[in-house]
Amino acid sequence: MKTLEYITLPWDVLGLGALWLILMAFFVALPCSQMGSFLILRRMALTGDAISHSVFPGVVIAFFITRDLASPWLIVGAGLAGLASTVIIELIHKWTRVKQDAATGISFTALFALGVVLMELLLGKNVDLDLECVLHGRLGLLLEEDRVLLFGSLVPIPVLVMAGVAVFTMLLLGLFYRVMMLSSFDADLAASYGYRPAVIHYGMMFVVSFIVVAAFQAVGAILVIALLILPGAAAYLCTYRLKVMLAIAALHSLISAVGGLYLHVWFNSNMAASVVVCGGILFLLAWLLGPVDGVVWKWFKDEPPALEESSDNAGNS
Amino acid sequence: MFEDVSVLASVLDILIPGNGSGKAIMAAVLLGASCGLLGCFVVLRRVALMGDAVSHAVLPGVVAGLIYSAERSPGVIFLFAAAAGLLGAGLVRLMMFSTRLKSDAALGIVLATFFAFGIMWQSRNQQDTVGVMNFLFGNIGSIDASDLRMMLVTTLILVVTMFFLRRPLLMMSFDEGFSRGLGYPVKILDGVFYFLLTFSVVVALQAVGVVLVSAMLITPAAAAYLLTDRFERMLLLSVVFGVTSGITGGLVSAEVNGLPTGPVIALSATMLFVIIYLLAPRHGVLSKVMRTFRRRMRVRRENMLKAIYQIHEGEGFAHEEVSVMMLARKRGQTEEKVNKDCRALLSRGFIEMAEDGVSLHLSRLGWKRAMEIVRNHRLWELYLTNEADYAEDHVHEDAEKIEHILEPGIVRQLEQHLDFPELDPHGKPIPQPAHLVAQPSAALS
Repeated sequence: MKTLEYITLPWDVLGLGALWLILMAFFVALPCSQMGSFLILRRMALTGDAISHSVFPGVVIAFFITRDLASPWLIVGAGLAGLASTVIIELIHKWTRVKQDAATGISFTALFALGVVLMELLLGKNVDLDLECVLHGRLGLLLEEDRVLLFGSLVPIPVLVMAGVAVFTMLLLGLFYRVMMLSSFDADLAASYGYRPAVIHYGMMFVVSFIVVAAFQAVGAILVIALLILPGAAAYLCTYRLKVMLAIAALHSLISAVGGLYLHVWFNSNMAASVVVCGGILFLLAWLLGPVDGVVWKWFKDEPPALEESSDNAGNS
Repeated sequence: MFEDVSVLASVLDILIPGNGSGKAIMAAVLLGASCGLLGCFVVLRRVALMGDAVSHAVLPGVVAGLIYSAERSPGVIFLFAAAAGLLGAGLVRLMMFSTRLKSDAALGIVLATFFAFGIMWQSRNQQDTVGVMNFLFGNIGSIDASDLRMMLVTTLILVVTMFFLRRPLLMMSFDEGFSRGLGYPVKILDGVFYFLLTFSVVVALQAVGVVLVSAMLITPAAAAYLLTDRFERMLLLSVVFGVTSGITGGLVSAEVNGLPTGPVIALSATMLFVIIYLLAPRHGVLSKVMRTFRRRMRVRRENMLKAIYQIHEGEGFAHEEVSVMMLARKRGQTEEKVNKDCRALLSRGFIEMAEDGVSLHLSRLGWKRAMEIVRNHRLWELYLTNEADYAEDHVHEDAEKIEHILEPGIVRQLEQHLDFPELDPHGKPIPQPAHLVAQPSAALS
């Protein structure tokens, strides 16, 4: 195969479907990348991990009642389960001498296990929601989903839903950017301006749960965490400025969506995992070559860093 | 040399039971032992989520093992899995060392990327990796003799290493700087620790599955941590809990068709944890609630006694008895509530009720305790005004709390320090329980 064929291969195989896959992956990854950047700054990356595991029983129970994967009750159930996990963590580490990290581990493994067991007991084998879906997501099945006619082309419904989620998240971000920035860097200062830390914390947790549920069906419970953390972490290694960081994180999710599609087609591998692996490669590049934290630049100490912004080091705190 | 190995192997083979349920139970025992032991260090060192990262990171190793070993030899799979786990742990350390990223982000990145890589590789080679679901969610029934032999050897290495290194490892878990000061090679020990951690993850792999290994590492050890303050006992209990939940989970999942073993084992471990969380004698929630409740009741009783004393004092110790109504007014509470408190005092022999049922007097014991409380209160007020330069009208609230806590030894020190005072800062006499017989009313009781 010639080089050019490698590049055009997805379009030859999937046609317009390739565009839908890229858009879907991007719309899933974009809101994750933005909220994930804040999770990184607040050192709560593993809270994302805990939430993504623990929403599972909520989704299963809601699905058992409604029998509809698109039902909004799934989001309610997942939000409640996510809330339950934070409450359990608090219950364990406030009341006993077990520390926060172990409490987190106990809480999310228990809820995830409960989810798997409930799924097997309540739903049996003959439904859309199964272990494969929990691990791999339904991104690869996107082209078989129902479609609606929009602007003269048949758009798969999940793409529209995720686009809605992405737009909603970006709107929230635009509205509360100042509050979230302030409270992530200096919670005390934010509190002195009258922004209640607890409200911000639980509000953010709720938004993260919401996004995790939306992304859950596409990429599975465990790969969600990669979409949450990787873009933010890669961007964090490239800049000291929050706005630039968010922009780079968004770019990261776009490139991993496109790259993921290519990996998916070239290797005939699972689409969701391919997107994450591509994101991982991008992170590796940022780790090695990132303008701020690149390991390569640190090896050659004599050379000046590519980007000098020491006067504006908002990202340092 | 090779003969020794083969002799050892045949000894191991004798240990491996023939029938299926025997194998499952043995797997549960090995799993409980290795994860239980390592889990104690994981919980104490607060690296619980490192276990999670390592357990997810072994997935590509498992997939590689399934693809590259034609006969699926467990040795090869274990080797690849251990290598992937160690690589993951190493990357986490490297990332934290060389960038501004904190441990949480580094753990999350390694966990998710390795896992995704494993899934991608697996989905590409579907037919070569049929058994991968067993490794993801565990299936204790799929463990055969050669798997068991591998688990047995790994667990033995782990237990022996732990036995010889338990003191330095323990020291390091509590105070890394101190153990460095003692001359322990902390970096090497750290490496050994992550090596052992990966080993225990690999042992648990086939029974519990990649996703829920961290439940086996964390939950039994955390439950043991709530039961004892001694490290050896914690190790033992943690192993027992691990084995128990392993066996329970294995049996239940074999009984109910289609249930993956890992989640059931994780849930039984969680159940054990919940029971211990509620019922543990010292660190359990119920005992803590009970302790708080009992302390609050004692404070209520003592305040009651104090109120009775103060009523007597206000009357110049002229009457022998106080009425429930007076007490209720003094305490600002309803009569029913006071009656309830009186019953508690009565059952402990602090007071005696008069025959009419509406008045009462202090017993000898009651007088003693009431005087002690009032003395503690007034001594403390005096101490605060004289020694700590508090204003007279600011000392009451503080004394209100400490009067219930002061021990006899401290009271004696206070008395000596204040030169055996007779009046508190408000001019009221400080009672002397030691001279109880001299009290006018006390002589009657």
